[in-house]
Amino acid sequence: MSAIEKKILEQIIDLHETPQGAYNLRKNGEGVERHSSANIEIRPKKDKPGIDIFVKPGTKGESVHIPVIITETGIKDLVYNTFDIGEGADVLVVAGCGIHNPGQKTSQHDGVHNFIVRKGARMRYVEKHYGQGEGTGKRILNPQTIIEIEEGGTAELELVQIRGVDSTKRTTTAKVHKNAHLVVTERMLTHGEQLAESEMIIELVGENAAAQVISRSVAQDQSKQVFYPRMVGLAKCRGHVQCDAIIMNNAVVRAIPEIAAHHEDANLVHEAAIGRIAGEQIIKLMTLGLSEKEAEETILAGFLS
Amino acid sequence: MLELKNVSFEIGDSAIPIIKDVSLTLENQKLYVITGPNGSGKSSLAKIIMGIYRPTSGKIYFDGQDITDMGVTERARLGIGFAFQNPPRFKGISVGSLLRIASSSEKAAVGCNYLFDVGLCPKDYVNREVNNSLSGGELKRIEIATLLNRTLKMAIFDEPEAGIDLWSFSKLTETFNKMHEKKDSTIVIISHQERILNLADEIILIADGYIQRKGAKEEMLPDILNACDCNKNCIERMEIGDECN
Repeated sequence: MSAIEKKILEQIIDLHETPQGAYNLRKNGEGVERHSSANIEIRPKKDKPGIDIFVKPGTKGESVHIPVIITETGIKDLVYNTFDIGEGADVLVVAGCGIHNPGQKTSQHDGVHNFIVRKGARMRYVEKHYGQGEGTGKRILNPQTIIEIEEGGTAELELVQIRGVDSTKRTTTAKVHKNAHLVVTERMLTHGEQLAESEMIIELVGENAAAQVISRSVAQDQSKQVFYPRMVGLAKCRGHVQCDAIIMNNAVVRAIPEIAAHHEDANLVHEAAIGRIAGEQIIKLMTLGLSEKEAEETILAGFLS
Repeated sequence: MLELKNVSFEIGDSAIPIIKDVSLTLENQKLYVITGPNGSGKSSLAKIIMGIYRPTSGKIYFDGQDITDMGVTERARLGIGFAFQNPPRFKGISVGSLLRIASSSEKAAVGCNYLFDVGLCPKDYVNREVNNSLSGGELKRIEIATLLNRTLKMAIFDEPEAGIDLWSFSKLTETFNKMHEKKDSTIVIISHQERILNLADEIILIADGYIQRKGAKEEMLPDILNACDCNKNCIERMEIGDECN
């Protein structure tokens, strides 16, 4: 693996080498390395690009890593991945895509991820997006996440995009059944002329379904961000949407949280706030000996942690 | 030693004078309490020392070095610290991280012990975020702990007692006392409280942007307490939340 590939891999899955357990590496539009474990099977799809991932019922404490890296210019990659998390399993799924675009043409990866989290299963899903490269070609990532959580299941989705992605349009669709629980945390930093849109539709369909969306973002320079999280309560349920953004320079942030109740025992809350870094925060950290730049970085890193 | 020479400070376009030609010397290892009515310029004076406000005219010397044009960061690195009256909150930054930023890294582990000194159990607080979930009093005590955690030549506390409950207040006076006994730093406290005034080596009385008087506590304190129009015990009563009529 080249130094660039190792660096990208470290950014998106925090590892510079092949991880333990089930693993699939996709590079420049093709699957290049794959292995299944005793409890987690990865199979390539027959009808379209992508993989099917089966986690056996009752699998505990295992993980599956499925990074995607693009190191060439002019790649347009569309991939479909399907995850079946068996009853009572408890697993970590680490995805993520890094683009190093060395040339003038656009490189793009659109991942369509379909999840079913079966009865009583738990899944933590971490997806990091990152871009770099000396070329002028755009780095584009348009992920689609579709998730269904069966009775008593739990899913935590951690969606992170820190730097380097020119354009992203992210859609997340979730259906949460009886006694199931969904937490979506989104962390985003855009800079330069970047554009980021995130749209979510979360339907709480079963009794005592619960969902929480926590979105924190920083928009710098001329970048633009749009957040459109929607939470729909169709039963006795609890839902909370929180969008919090720090705006800097000439950036634009729009946050449009929406809650819709179709049941008298649906309990839904939304909060949204956009603001600049408070001057007192910077000064406070400067009185502890940090420079103005260090203070700003500390505040942003904390906010996005 | 810190010296202010003919320092004036004006605010806004209309140049409203806040501090008027103040000259002041603060000696090493002494504990000073700055007191005076609201709006007299106490906080402004403290912020001028920290570099948060820049004086309109005059000079500031710290250990003989002219620091008039130095920024907040440089002064902090010289060993000046400031505890804010209304400290800001930080989303996503834990109490432990803030203490680590405040101290040099080798002291980081010790840092949490300073939470004890401000009446907070470190176990309950190190991982808490410095956000809206903390009460005003908790935030204030953490602010004071960030200063205790640093090696300072000069520690400035802007109304440390404001928003702190009675129990913590006695802990706080004890903490200032201990800090003073160690003789590591010059301590400057802005306060109205008799119990804080009582800790002072010297008291500085400011009114209307001027230093009205400066002197040993023994000379100053009786006059300051008698100057109050209301009953002499009003300061104690204020501590338990009574209005001073």
